[in-house]
Amino acid sequence: METIKLTIDNRAVEVPRGTTINKAARLLGIEIPVLCYMELKDMNIENKPAGCRICVVEVEGRRNLAPSCATNCEEGMIVRTHTTRVLNARRTVMEFILSDHPKDCLICAKSGNCELQSMAHKLGIREIPGQEIAAMSTYRLDTSPSIIRDLDKCIMCRRCEMMCNEIQTVGALSAVNRGFMAAVAPAFEQNLEHSTCTYCGQCVAVCPTGALTEVDHTPDVLRALADPSKTVIVQTAPAVRAALGEEFGMEPGTLVTGKMVSALRALGFDYVFDTDFAADLTIMEEGTELLDRLNRHLSGDKSARLPILTSCCPGWVNFFEYYFPDLKEVPSTAKSPQQMFGAIAKTYFADKIKVNRKDLVVVSIMPCLAKKYECQREEFSTDNNRDVDFSISTRELAAFIKQANIDLNNLEEDDFDAPLGESTGAGVIFGATGGVIEAAVRTAYELQTGKKLDRLDFTELRGLEGVREATIDFDGLPVRIGIAHGLGNARKLLDDVRSGKSQFHAIEVMACPGGCIGGGGQPLHHGNSEIIKARAAAIYAEDKKKPLRKSHENPFIIKLYEEFLDRPNSEKAHHLLHTHYFERKKKIVVKQ
Amino acid sequence: MSQYRMQIMVCGGAGCSDLNSEAIFDNLQLEIEAFALENEIQVVRTGCFGLCGLGPVVRVMPDEVIYTHVSPDDATEIVSEHVLKGRKVERLLHKDPVSQKILATEPELSACKKQLRIVLRNCGIIDPENIEEAIAANAYEALAKALTELTPDEAIKIIKDSGLRGRGGGGFPTGLKWEIARKNQAEEKYVVCNADEGDPGAFMDRSVLEGDPHAVLEAMAICGYCIGAANGLIYIRAEYPLAVARLKTAISQARQYGLLGSNIMGTGFNFDIGIKYGAGAFVCGEETALIHSMEGLRGEPTVKPPFPAESGFRGKPTNVNNVETFACISPVILKGADWFRSIGTEKSKGTKVFALAGKINNVGLVEVPMGTTLREVVFEIGGGIRDGKKFKAAQTGGPSGGCLTEKHLDTPIDFDNLIAAGSMMGSGGLIVMDEDDCMVSVAKFFLEFTVEESCGKCSPCRIGNKRLHELLEHITKGKGAPADLDRLRNMSRVIKDTSLCGLGQSSPNPVLSTLDNFYEEYESHVTAKKCPAGQCRDLMEYFIIEANCVGCTACARVCPVNAITGERKEPHIINPEICIKCGACKEKCKFDAIIIH
Repeated sequence: METIKLTIDNRAVEVPRGTTINKAARLLGIEIPVLCYMELKDMNIENKPAGCRICVVEVEGRRNLAPSCATNCEEGMIVRTHTTRVLNARRTVMEFILSDHPKDCLICAKSGNCELQSMAHKLGIREIPGQEIAAMSTYRLDTSPSIIRDLDKCIMCRRCEMMCNEIQTVGALSAVNRGFMAAVAPAFEQNLEHSTCTYCGQCVAVCPTGALTEVDHTPDVLRALADPSKTVIVQTAPAVRAALGEEFGMEPGTLVTGKMVSALRALGFDYVFDTDFAADLTIMEEGTELLDRLNRHLSGDKSARLPILTSCCPGWVNFFEYYFPDLKEVPSTAKSPQQMFGAIAKTYFADKIKVNRKDLVVVSIMPCLAKKYECQREEFSTDNNRDVDFSISTRELAAFIKQANIDLNNLEEDDFDAPLGESTGAGVIFGATGGVIEAAVRTAYELQTGKKLDRLDFTELRGLEGVREATIDFDGLPVRIGIAHGLGNARKLLDDVRSGKSQFHAIEVMACPGGCIGGGGQPLHHGNSEIIKARAAAIYAEDKKKPLRKSHENPFIIKLYEEFLDRPNSEKAHHLLHTHYFERKKKIVVKQ
Repeated sequence: MSQYRMQIMVCGGAGCSDLNSEAIFDNLQLEIEAFALENEIQVVRTGCFGLCGLGPVVRVMPDEVIYTHVSPDDATEIVSEHVLKGRKVERLLHKDPVSQKILATEPELSACKKQLRIVLRNCGIIDPENIEEAIAANAYEALAKALTELTPDEAIKIIKDSGLRGRGGGGFPTGLKWEIARKNQAEEKYVVCNADEGDPGAFMDRSVLEGDPHAVLEAMAICGYCIGAANGLIYIRAEYPLAVARLKTAISQARQYGLLGSNIMGTGFNFDIGIKYGAGAFVCGEETALIHSMEGLRGEPTVKPPFPAESGFRGKPTNVNNVETFACISPVILKGADWFRSIGTEKSKGTKVFALAGKINNVGLVEVPMGTTLREVVFEIGGGIRDGKKFKAAQTGGPSGGCLTEKHLDTPIDFDNLIAAGSMMGSGGLIVMDEDDCMVSVAKFFLEFTVEESCGKCSPCRIGNKRLHELLEHITKGKGAPADLDRLRNMSRVIKDTSLCGLGQSSPNPVLSTLDNFYEEYESHVTAKKCPAGQCRDLMEYFIIEANCVGCTACARVCPVNAITGERKEPHIINPEICIKCGACKEKCKFDAIIIH
């Protein structure tokens, strides 16, 4: 590879052609501060609009300062990163940015986790000259079921726009207005609800400030817990246990399953259950549906549409309802684990503990913001009573635990309650990309062939490659599987399905890069993809530890079918555990 | 083509058109037909003459007589007097505001003196909607020469040797730009004409497109031949409907004549031109923003490199030049590099079109050799300052240029001298200010424009310019402190140093150059809280001179807020606490008793 020699702060460095000044400086241990810039290496995600101008440096021979994040090294370049000219410019630019940013850090959702706040601290800004005469750019607050947009706090880093357009190809957000009033918003400054937003929350996950945050449902949960007439139960998604510890200073990838259960108990939940149980249930329903369609297809039934698409991810469901309504008969009709849990909890379990569904409050802890929207969908309510009442994110749970002055680090480990807390390893791996389909394969193989699997780790289905393909040998029958994570990758795969180019039997799609472990409700990874990898490793480690690793072997699932549902895809199962999809057309609504 | 003994040219530029020159044209035509003279006398609708302040303008050739402020009803008299009897219509001739002398013909008009028309060679002379007139004026001859006698490298060499630099503002050597685009190998390349003229008051590009569109089409084709592109695109703001219409006509006529399209002039060279519309954002004049806008994206600049010559429209090598630059190409190819080099200064060759505006007698469009001094432009061509006032400053380079002052009057105007003087060439706007102009307000005025036109992508331009403007506003309200002047300077420097594109890199120029040249005026605003030019309302105080006041009460009666009190036949006084500085009293007073402090 061609290399380039240059000098940064009087030190020589040699880098491959195409390396930016910022990266070259890092090789020398010189950390030039960046604000708008963001990189997720293993997913090829890079945001460098060179807009904030914080990372500027002096390049000899150039008239103006150069943004180090977006300027490539050139042979013989002489770069200076901390001359008085650079430091003065950086401070002045930071003062500009802060002069148009609200100073309500005390009650801001991002306080303590805000990159702008950290940068202000790093640059030692103690006052903002001229603040008393500085006008602020202000915008209408936009609250949707999942996400709050407070554009007063937008610094135009454009990360959300990049995630929404380039990575997710959702196209809900783009820059609007110009000059001082420029901001990132849906077209015509509509509310997010009237855009094609899927609520995947990736914009929230990358927002450096409090401009994009989740709708906080912890006050609602607290109110339910405080109400003696309510029985409050909680379910926790698989990805939560692999990331919650980060909020309490633990290494990324630390599993805190037992401590999390103790914390939830300490918070006053009456029963602590596991969404993994519902994940096992999902596999029974979705796996059976897959085998049914597959066998009908093999016997020549033209009405059996393949490939079957997974439907656990609500961001993904929203996406195909907007962009691929013609394919709405293709995804599995199985509800997501969150909703299956809710449906079983408010019928089977409510009956068991003899509580009216109206007095049973189901809370879910999710790595996801789209789940907030999902549980509010009309079809998931009975008599105006939601199957899942509130969904809160991993971040909200962490904050809730801290509010209750519970020290997660020092809690004893505890077990989930029965019967909805028992799960297999198959349910756990739902949290990582490829996990749902791997879990499905473990069950479908044995149900289809009647033989026992000798290996349970389908490593060919794992990894962080955006689109993956694999063929699994079902005892002589090659089953073709496709996997995509990130909606942009899903779009590619779906386009191929639509055009008839792809020949898959089953496809798994997760809206967020990395799967649920990289969800929009997880602790912020600030662009560090090592964190995503560590979370994935934790998920697979938990799977390995489990005595049972196939959903159909979960004794409580078997019991549930015996006592209540009869068999997978039975009429009752269909009624409670399956759903249907809608074509969504967005209407432009005049601004309020 | 028939031979006419006389041509009556009616200016069809946007300014004169708005003043109903179309009806003048129609009436002249009717009159000529009434006398059955249509075979002898031709009435032509041309592009802009450049005498915009005198419009609508009619020129009679070969007499070179210029009629000014013509109305449609004047057609009868022009025909009956001038055409039939050979007598000039005196009342329509221009009278010099200073000497009161009548200036009847083009050579006599001061605005036309010292001009050298290369870019505007055909503007105001040919009918822009008739390709045959353009061809008669040598259009497409340079293209023919390039295609049949020159290799692309030879043609580029002529442009390089000529020393032609980009007229859009940057002054980058045009030949070099073409050479880079030629060297970047790609199956597809593009030639883009930047017609997104956005400087307030500048309209030279519009004039060329309205008056001589073929000059641009031909040059784009030559550029296509040189760099190896078959596609040309003109990015023009939709607010130029007349220019768009004439361009469309010109393109379709050129296609009919085989001068655009495939196998041009039988040489096997293919080149065609399309039009892309801009919505009028100033920043889209920046070439990367322009390209994004053409691609249907938000008109925002991106970091260079990569330059458009490497990766431009749809990622292909793209050469972007502005209208005026293209308009120079054909004469250079035809007359040679040496001819062009002989005009201008050492590093700035050829001519430059300026749009004269402000407190000057002859507003309009002029083309002068590079190196002409500001004094010549303002006092000779421009006819001096209006109402005999004193020259104070001239803003060049549009809203992001700087102010030149009295000490710069004898500086030859070229790219480098303007930069050295803290301004820039920009697209050639030249706004003249007199003693009544407050330079703090002037800086604020220009900044208001850039604040409005910033795209908002980078923080120094988005927020910094707003803060600069706020501080200037603060100072003009008399609320500023001496320390604010240092802050103005620091903010300006940082905005220039850190902004992403040319807009932010130059937007503080009006502030810096007025700070440099008129520091005492700023000081007076922040220390004595006075505006020396008497322009800043909040710093004014209306005052009645006791000795002059006869107590007629006229001022007190006209005052809308009852700030003036006094007995009849006694001197009155103004209460500054109540006074809103509307100036009604001063206007009413017949005894010059009211003055402004």
